[in-house]
Amino acid sequence: MSDIVEKTLTALPGLFLQNQPGGGPAAAKASFSSRLGSLVRGITALTSKHEEEKLIQQELSSLKATVSAPTTTLKMMKECMVRLIYCEMLGYDASFGYIHAIKLAQQGNLLEKRVGYLAVSLFLHESHELLLLLVNTVVKDLQSTNLVEVCMALTVVSQIFPREMIPAVLPLIEDKLQHSKEIIRRKAVLALYKFHLIAPNQVQHIHIKFRKALCDRDVGVMAASLHIYLRMIKENSSGYKDLTGSFVTILKQVVGGKLPVDFNYHILLQVLQKYILLLYLTMILTISAIFIFLSLAILFECVHTVYSIYPKSELLEKAAKCIGKFVLSPKINLKYLGLKALTYVIQQDPTLALQHQMTIIECLDHPDPIIKRETLELLYRITNAQNVTVIVQKMLEYLHQSKEEYVIVNLVGKIADVLVLNTVDTYAPDNAWFIQTMNAVFSVGGDVMHPDIPNNFLRLLAEGFDDETEDQQLRLYAVQSYLTLLDMENVFYPQRFLQVMSWVLGEYSYLLDKETPAEVIAKLYKLLMNDSVSSETKTWLIAAVTKLTPQAHSFDTVERLIHEFTISLDTCMRQHAFELKHLHENVELMKSLLPVDRSCEDLVVDASLSFLDGFVAEGLSQGAAPYKPHHQRQEEKLSQEKVLNFEPYGLSFSSSGFTGRQSPAGISLGSDISGNSAETGLKETNSLKLEGIKKLWGKEGYLPKKESKTGDESGALPVPQESIMENVDQAITKKDQSQVLTQSKEEKEKQLLASSLFVGLGSESTVNLLGKADTVSHKFRRKSKVKEAKSGETTSTHNMTCSSFSSLSNVAYEDDYYLNTLHDRGDKELKTFSLNSELLDSESLTELPLVEKFSNCSLSTPSLFADNSMEIFHPPQSTAASVAKESSLASSFLEETTEYIHSNAMEICNNETISVSSYKIWKDDCLLMVWSVTNKSGLELKSANLEIFPAENFKVTEQPGCCLPVMEAESTKSFQYSVQIEKPFTEEILSGFISYHMMDAHSAQLEFSVNLSLLDFIRPLKISSEDFGKLWLSFANDVKQNVKMSESQAALPFALKTLQQKLRLHIIEIIGNEGLLACQLLPSIPCLLHCRVYADVLALWFRSSCSTLPDYLLYQCQKVMEGS
Amino acid sequence: MIQAILVFNNHGKPRLVRFYQRFPEEIQQQIVRETFHLVLKRDDNICNFLEGGSLIGGSDYKLIYRHYATLYFVFCVDSSESELGILDLIQVFVETLDKCFENVCELDLIFHMDKVHYILQEVVMGGMVLETNMNEIVAQIEAQNRLEKSELLAWGL
Repeated sequence: MSDIVEKTLTALPGLFLQNQPGGGPAAAKASFSSRLGSLVRGITALTSKHEEEKLIQQELSSLKATVSAPTTTLKMMKECMVRLIYCEMLGYDASFGYIHAIKLAQQGNLLEKRVGYLAVSLFLHESHELLLLLVNTVVKDLQSTNLVEVCMALTVVSQIFPREMIPAVLPLIEDKLQHSKEIIRRKAVLALYKFHLIAPNQVQHIHIKFRKALCDRDVGVMAASLHIYLRMIKENSSGYKDLTGSFVTILKQVVGGKLPVDFNYHILLQVLQKYILLLYLTMILTISAIFIFLSLAILFECVHTVYSIYPKSELLEKAAKCIGKFVLSPKINLKYLGLKALTYVIQQDPTLALQHQMTIIECLDHPDPIIKRETLELLYRITNAQNVTVIVQKMLEYLHQSKEEYVIVNLVGKIADVLVLNTVDTYAPDNAWFIQTMNAVFSVGGDVMHPDIPNNFLRLLAEGFDDETEDQQLRLYAVQSYLTLLDMENVFYPQRFLQVMSWVLGEYSYLLDKETPAEVIAKLYKLLMNDSVSSETKTWLIAAVTKLTPQAHSFDTVERLIHEFTISLDTCMRQHAFELKHLHENVELMKSLLPVDRSCEDLVVDASLSFLDGFVAEGLSQGAAPYKPHHQRQEEKLSQEKVLNFEPYGLSFSSSGFTGRQSPAGISLGSDISGNSAETGLKETNSLKLEGIKKLWGKEGYLPKKESKTGDESGALPVPQESIMENVDQAITKKDQSQVLTQSKEEKEKQLLASSLFVGLGSESTVNLLGKADTVSHKFRRKSKVKEAKSGETTSTHNMTCSSFSSLSNVAYEDDYYLNTLHDRGDKELKTFSLNSELLDSESLTELPLVEKFSNCSLSTPSLFADNSMEIFHPPQSTAASVAKESSLASSFLEETTEYIHSNAMEICNNETISVSSYKIWKDDCLLMVWSVTNKSGLELKSANLEIFPAENFKVTEQPGCCLPVMEAESTKSFQYSVQIEKPFTEEILSGFISYHMMDAHSAQLEFSVNLSLLDFIRPLKISSEDFGKLWLSFANDVKQNVKMSESQAALPFALKTLQQKLRLHIIEIIGNEGLLACQLLPSIPCLLHCRVYADVLALWFRSSCSTLPDYLLYQCQKVMEGS
Repeated sequence: MIQAILVFNNHGKPRLVRFYQRFPEEIQQQIVRETFHLVLKRDDNICNFLEGGSLIGGSDYKLIYRHYATLYFVFCVDSSESELGILDLIQVFVETLDKCFENVCELDLIFHMDKVHYILQEVVMGGMVLETNMNEIVAQIEAQNRLEKSELLAWGL
């Protein structure tokens, strides 16, 4: 039947084309739409999935024939596409039709195009290769005069568009922002937002146009632009402060009822959340009088906002009232939101929970699991020692009902958090309850739970609390309960739980009175023989058996076990069995090796492997080469390469000079060391080596390794000579464990802080939720072992290396200094003046003299070291003290650092005691940030310290002398940090804080942030035209763009001059209407630029070894050219 | 941002599937199935929000759904969207469908799948809400319909 229809269909096109009146088209239409109809009907009539599959496959093959037949008209194709979309929706592959969908969009008339576009946007995804075929069509349609076509093109662009083709349509869409129709403007804004999401650096230059969109007279356009601002403000909240006014105006209009209550305003609120807007929120909160659905949505956001901004009591009161309305609402959706809001605010205001306790309890038994879960979440936040049993019980109840993995993982995590992880004082009221609850958690959560949970539980057991007898009881109880659990027949426990059990049994079985170790071993053996136990768990089990063996008196089971597993196919098990076997032969050794209850004592490990010294010496005497660590070998290789490198352009001259000076000493030291390691004392060796490393690398990247070495070293010193060979591998694993322990101790410290805050909240307001006043105090208090000795040692070595480093660099610095001060003093005034204004407009370097000076001075004095001035600045006595302190500060800077181009000091934060100014120095090899701290008070400040938050795009290195023990009254000190760029960006914020102690011992903190632009890291690259040619060919990443020039700058030399001055590009050569420029991004990423002028268009062509740099530079160029 | 819009009937048959974030074909089908099972379990008189779980993107995502006669309309959104706002949007979308199809029923959605997509395109564009005013949406759709009619007339002549 379908075949016949098919044939008639293929015969029909002739009729269509001739436009014959009569039944033709109508019949065709009927038959096509009924094809879809019959397909749908066919599918609904079917009962099994299998039959459906068959039918669809049949349909697809007939469609395939139709779409690929040359006689198929576009109109028929349109119908086919709809059917293809249907099949694809049901999950069947219709990829043969993709190309036809694109064709339809390209060639069809309006209606067919619409189907084509729809099909394309449903079928394809952003990185699909066929999408490139669509680009031309989209470009054509964007230029069309037909509104519908433009709309369609914009829609498809916002759904799917290949990232790399954005430049092709970008200008067209930008034009659409000025279109007379609102709908087009609105869609254009959304399309641009989409571009912003997938390729942010491509749309950076149209931010001004977004601003226009924000002020659009059409509400929709304005609302659409809010998306963009939300995103951008999330990324950089300080950059858009000036827009706050506009946002507030919009909000006022909404509140005043001048604008329709629209959906997108919640975004506006999220935008505003970033800023403090007490005034207008009060106004909105009064909207609650009007109970419209959407205003509720806005209200909810308001409550969020109130609690996320700086708290103000009257606002909080109103917000609390609103939350009350939500929570008490009979409408279930509002109740849900109310609970959510409550969860959100509960930490700030626990009394609110008291007000609504009855509702909360009702919700706890609500039939809706979602509400229940939200309530549990809320309870979780207010857990304390008194209500913990009830809350955990509720959570466990929910856990037993729930089947979803996500829920289980989430809740198990929370229970464990309450009990073990988060708190120093666990809330658990007694041992039995604690162990039983954990048992329940382990058996339900099983293998999906977070691995931290069992680890932390074991740690808690092992480290114990203050009271030793209490600890023993807890452990004993755990052992007993596990033995009972293991006695039960036919119960399967999750692997994680078994692992926990085997560890506890192995460690603490000795506490048992009535059961002998042999009996425990028998139980473990039974588990070992069980097939359902995974091999990982089996290794835990066998480890437990090994621990128990020395305590046992009869060895039948152990021998049986050894016999069983020495022939196991699992190598790991076999290994363990052999170990056990050999240890078992010497019970005395085994006892000393596996002492009872020593699990949390730190093992002393001979990390230097000194017992191998004899072996090494023997090897050396037989002529073997001394060992060199990996980095040293690499460094040697590198420095050899450097010697042979005759390339005239020293792209990385600073770093090569650096290693050239330092590395020979370092290497010789290092190799001496490893050669003599047999003879020289351990400690000396290591400390020498450390210095070598520091000098060689001198970057932060290496420090962690060094620290861990120091740690080992301190442990290694008191090693007794009998440190046994057999012990080694075990010892090493234990060492790893202990390292993990110390690491997580830092985490614990943080958690301690968080939890102590939390506990304070709960107890202070006495949230006695369910009226059960348990008087159990916190029995469990964890011991805090801080390894101060270790950390102290680390810092001291660090300091030592720093100081030796700086003394070396001082010499080199002084030479340069005299040269440069002479050279630059004349221009000082001019320079600082211009830089001052530049800082105000921090986006670009706009002053002409600045960059000229820059290229003059900085390039002629290649300095090897990043730290040019380590002295502390003292403000000159002569300046009148009453006149603005900043000016005196600035002048003191000038005296010290004139050899480099620098910005003027700008105050970034202050309070009554100190004020902080910052100041950039553009050095050849890095950007040096100087923060100058002035003590305004009459008191001495202690331990002033400046810390920079880590940022992903930067590497910030502290220059020596940054921690000041004492700061005299009314003095100024400066902190220097060299900033290296890790990854190109346009503008980033570097923030940090300064902390200090007053004399009366109270400490304070002050936060600040500084904007850094890409241009801070761009330096001219001086190379010859030939080198340019060579480099040009070797770079793979290129970007081309045409920029329109205004009349005034139409000449090439002028344009290049602008680039040179504002972007610090180096002009290599100008040939006719073409120009060659080069620059480098610090530390040494070169970027080349080729310019060509036609009429008023400047064609820019960037090439670089870095893939993203050209994009960013292009953006800067565009900005410069537009700006001038 | 809206990640996906799913419409399926009481038996889990998809009637409209629109993803604004790329997922492989199999995953899309899996998401539809799992969402259906999540939603089906829920009574009509309990709340319309669901936490997405492990399906799309994890805990940052939420499902907001409404049940109309034989159809479920499910929106999967991220945390920046307002729950009540989306709930209202679903209502707007359904009312618009009702206006365009004159008493919309499941069959309309099946047989005029393309039209439903066009209407949706006027409401949500690339995951962002474009228009929430029903009259505006209907006006856009009518403009397109007029176009269609004129085209058909051209053929008929």
